[in-house]
Parts: sequence; structure tokens; C-alpha cells
Amino acid sequence: MSLATAPSFREGPITRLSTALYLRPQLALLLLLLPPLLWLGIIYLGSLLALLAQSFFSVDDFSGLTVYQPTLKTYGELFTDANIAIILRTVGMAAAVTIGCSVIAFPLAYFMARFAGVRAKAIFYLAVMLPLWSNYLVRVYSWKLILAKEGVITWLFSLVGLQGLLDNILNLPVIGGPSLSASYIGMWIVFMYIWLPFMVLPIEAALERVPRSFIEASADLGAKPRATFRHVILPLAVPGVAAGSIFTFSLTLGDYIIPNLIGNSRPFVGMVVYAYQGTAGNVPLAAAFTMVPILVMAFYLAAAKRLGAFDAL
Amino acid sequence: MAGNSTSAVSFRHISRHYGEVRAADDVSFDIAHGEFFSMLGPSGSGKTTCLRLIAGFEQPTSGDVLIDGKSMTGVPPYERDVNTVFQDYALFPHMSVAENVAYGLMIRKVPKAERLTKAEEMLAMVALAGLGGRKPSQLSGGQRQRVALARALVNRPSVLLLDEPLGALDLKLREQMQVELKAIQRQVGITFIYVTHDQGEALSMSDRIAVFNKGRPEQIASPAEIYEHPASAFVAGFVGVSNILSGAAAAAIPGTPAAFSIRPEKIVMAPSGTSAPQNSCAVDGTITSVLYLGASTRFHVALPAGGELTVIEQNREETASSAIARQGQPVRLIWQKSHIQEMRP
Repeated sequence: MSLATAPSFREGPITRLSTALYLRPQLALLLLLLPPLLWLGIIYLGSLLALLAQSFFSVDDFSGLTVYQPTLKTYGELFTDANIAIILRTVGMAAAVTIGCSVIAFPLAYFMARFAGVRAKAIFYLAVMLPLWSNYLVRVYSWKLILAKEGVITWLFSLVGLQGLLDNILNLPVIGGPSLSASYIGMWIVFMYIWLPFMVLPIEAALERVPRSFIEASADLGAKPRATFRHVILPLAVPGVAAGSIFTFSLTLGDYIIPNLIGNSRPFVGMVVYAYQGTAGNVPLAAAFTMVPILVMAFYLAAAKRLGAFDAL
Repeated sequence: MAGNSTSAVSFRHISRHYGEVRAADDVSFDIAHGEFFSMLGPSGSGKTTCLRLIAGFEQPTSGDVLIDGKSMTGVPPYERDVNTVFQDYALFPHMSVAENVAYGLMIRKVPKAERLTKAEEMLAMVALAGLGGRKPSQLSGGQRQRVALARALVNRPSVLLLDEPLGALDLKLREQMQVELKAIQRQVGITFIYVTHDQGEALSMSDRIAVFNKGRPEQIASPAEIYEHPASAFVAGFVGVSNILSGAAAAAIPGTPAAFSIRPEKIVMAPSGTSAPQNSCAVDGTITSVLYLGASTRFHVALPAGGELTVIEQNREETASSAIARQGQPVRLIWQKSHIQEMRP
């Protein structure tokens, strides 16, 4: 076959375009990144900045209209005793949920990463992810029923004769209440249930990346299983726990549905933002409240980094 | 030597089965104190399984491993006086190089100052002095390999296990490390058990080699013995290049056994018609292909009775073009009878 009769691969506009892009990889990269960059830059960051800019305006007490004059008056309103209580309540719940989630998620993730076979692991993945496939509101309402005074948990406790224990728990100051569904304990349980997948998956991924040879090397060097766990497995899992805690912490900080449906109707940051920008028509104060989770997360990440949570990455 | 209770390591009828697969199949041998012992074989031949049985990462299906004469049945890795250099080095990424080396001492609660001094000494021995503060990720492959060695040796184990430790290094570095490993072994006097699939590595470093095939050693002997007198066709073929002749091809050569092996470099290529000296064998053939390898040239010579022999000649005078020009030439191949290794047919 002579060269002249060989089919030419230079024909066709698509072939020419792909050749042009292949020869200019930076142009190809730009074309790929442009849509997500525009999305992030304009629609996401832009609207966030517009919202935050609102926090430097204020609402006229008399007319209820927004005054478009830069002021720190709204931030002053944020630091009233009642609002600080809301912030502390929310941050406290987020911290409790994060700790609870990591305690429950770690053994589960550890089993999935280290011991489960291919089949068992697939089943565990499904079990962890399955709740995310059903409607969030449905799940929260189901928990409201489960935790209610007439619900299945109260029934279970009385069935095994531990009604007194449940009553004692509910009689605890602050975290107790008339029923589980109307207490911080109930809210904590529901938050943990809802965000658990976001903690299990990063920890599982981190543990999966620890090669078997690390564990063997540790044992080979004389470490009993507990020492291996403490010196090798746990430090290498910390970035996963940190990643999971970013999810559970920030999602709890911003949620407004669970505190609305479960608990004793004391307000949380998410509920307040929802109320101020909606019915109350005080967008500046809502925007100022929005700053709270952002700043808390910034401090949280800085502290985690300082403590070396990301050193093993 | 079998059954000697003072051996560093003894295998007593060890089998390790994974379902139908017999990774180790009734293996028995002894390794002496201070010996550099290599387990050589292709992948899946059971050499790594045997190493892991000594380390305690695997338990035998039947039989017993003895370390310093003590049965290791039911003894976990952390209670065995052996340390391992892993194929992937298995350095802990969240610890500095010094912390990695001092890990075993830290576990044994050696005071911090003392263990860091010892780690620094050990790093100096593997020519990494002053790098203790780095993270493993900041080191090259060869340096990581040395850290892994230092981390194992700092505990002064009675036996050091090395699982293809040079496999990930490039050729030059590998040759350099072979020399250094041997020197370190002489210096510390610890028994080294070295797993490799590289016959060159095994031949150059070992006191004895066990050539593994299908879950058991086919021959355990000194490198020279393994090379000069391979016990089986497998050993002859796996260690070095070997010609194995049997049947009509072997019968056509006067004075040879029914099946035998002969190393390519033992064969002299002479002009056809040359008469063979005393105690030699000779056969006529035709050069069918020529492979110029720089330092040497490899010739494939077809025999009239079927089969072919590979001949390797040093290129003292030969050049690439003169070697290739010899293709198609009739030659007479001559070798001494003493170089023949008889095979079980």
C-alpha cells in the first residue's frame, strides 16, 4: 500500500477540532474549567457576597424598610444576650452531633475498610447510603413519631421494664424534656441519624487508604493491636474524621428543619435566618446571622489544622 | 542439619493451603545463624508465603516454624524476634524518618533520648545521617529502602526478613544496594532471609539459595552449586540461561546422558571440522540467530537431529557487524563433559 492511497486522518471538522485542542492543552483546560468557574464565581460566590453585603445595612425600626447605608448596627444587634444564646446552642448541638457521629461511624467504617469482603462492603455501602435516597422531611417526621411519647422507643423501654430509666433521662436538666421528640436528646439523635453517612464515608475512605503492610509493619516492630491502632491506624484516620466532621458540623450549624420539628422550639441559627429573611423581613440581620456558621467553620478548620488533623494527608 | 535445634529458623513439614491452592507444600529446611539465605522463585512459587510464615503474618495449615529452636505456633508477629523489610517499605507517612526508625524502640518503651540516639546511629550506618527530621515522602525510593532497613535493624532482631526489598529500585541502585546489603549483613552478623525473583541478586549475595517452585524448594545449595549443578530442569531454567537437551537431540551427541543441561557460556564455538579434545563432547550445527548484547553475543545454533543450543561468547574481538555476519555459518560446538549436568528425563 502506498502512502498516497492511505486514508488521511486530517479530514473532518471534528477531527480538526480535537487535533487543535490536543496541540493546545491549556486552551482545552480553559474550555473545560470555564463553566464550573463561572458557576462558582458568579452564581455561588456572587450571591453569597451579595447576601453578606446585606449584613452591613440595617432596617429602619420605624418603617421596617432596609436602609442602604453601610453600618455595623446590625452586627451590634447580633450580640444581644438572646442571640448569643442561639449561637451557643447551635454550636453546642453541632459539636455534640459531630462527636456522636464520629463515635458511631468509626467502628462501622473500620469494619467496612478492614474486614468486610467485597459483597459485605457493597451491602454496607448501600445500608449507609440508603437513607439519603428517601425524602429528608419524611425521615425527620418518622423520627418525630418514633421519639414521641406514644412512640416505639417509649414502648420498647416500658416493654423491658426500663420506663423509669427513660423518665430519669428525660428529667435531666436542659437536655431533657416532656418526651424524647421534645428534647435536645431527641434532636441530637435525629441530627446524628441524618448526617451519619457524611461521617462514615470519609472515615472509611481514609482507613481504606491505610495499606495492610503498615499494620503488619507495626506488629512486626513489636506493637500489640492496641498500640498499632493508637500509633498507626488512628493518626492516619484523623483526616477522614476531620473531613466527616466538617460535613456534620456545618450541616448541623445551618439546618433549620430539624430544630423546627424536633426539640423544645428554642431557636437555632438556621431557624432564625429563615425567620428574619422571610416573615420578619429583616434581611440584614439574617445576613449577619449567616456570617456566624461561616466564621465558626473558619475557626474550626484553623483549629483542626493547628492540631495536625491534616498532617497525614 | 535438619532438626538441629540451634538453627536460626527451621521449617518442619510446613504446609499453607488457601482452599485448593497449596502456597507452601510440606516444606522442611533449616537456616543457620548468621547465614544470608535467599528464597528464589517465580511469583506464586511460595517464597513470600514462607517469609510471611516466619514473620507470623500467616499461620501454617500444618507443621511448625521454629525460630532459635522455639516453636512459633500461636505466637503473634509482635512476640517474634524477627523484623521485616517490606517490599513497599511500609514507612509510616505521618512520622518523621527518625520516628519511623525509632518505632520499635518506642513500642518497647526505650526512653526517648536513647531511642533517638540509636535511630540516628542506625541512619548513619545506612548512609542517611542527618535526614532523620524529614518525612518519608521527602525521600527518594533508594533512601526509603534504607530507612526501612534501618527501622528493622535498630531492634537487633535474631533474624531479618527481606521481601524483595530492591524490587522497586532501578538497575544501578539495585546493584549498589546488593553490595551494601551484603556488607551490612557481615557487619551486624544477623541472619538475613531474602526473598527475590531476581536470580542475579540471589547469586551475588547469598550463602545459600532455596529455589522455589510450586510451593516447595526444588534445591537448597550454595550459589555455585545451584548454578553449576542444578538439581532439576526447573532450577537449570530459572537460574541463569540453560540449554536442556533430551530425546533424539541428546542421543545424537556421543558421550552425553539421555537428558542433560549445559550452560551457554561453557560451550566453545569452533569452525566445523575441528576435532574435539579428550573428555569433551562435540556436535555440528548452524547459527540461526545472533543477538548482540554489547559485552557478549548470544548465538542460537540449530542441531541437525533437532533442538537448538544457545551459546554465549564474550565480545573480545567481536563487533556487532562481525557477529551478525556469522548468521547461517556452520559451526562445531565443543564443551567439557564435566560441565554437563544430568537431568531426570
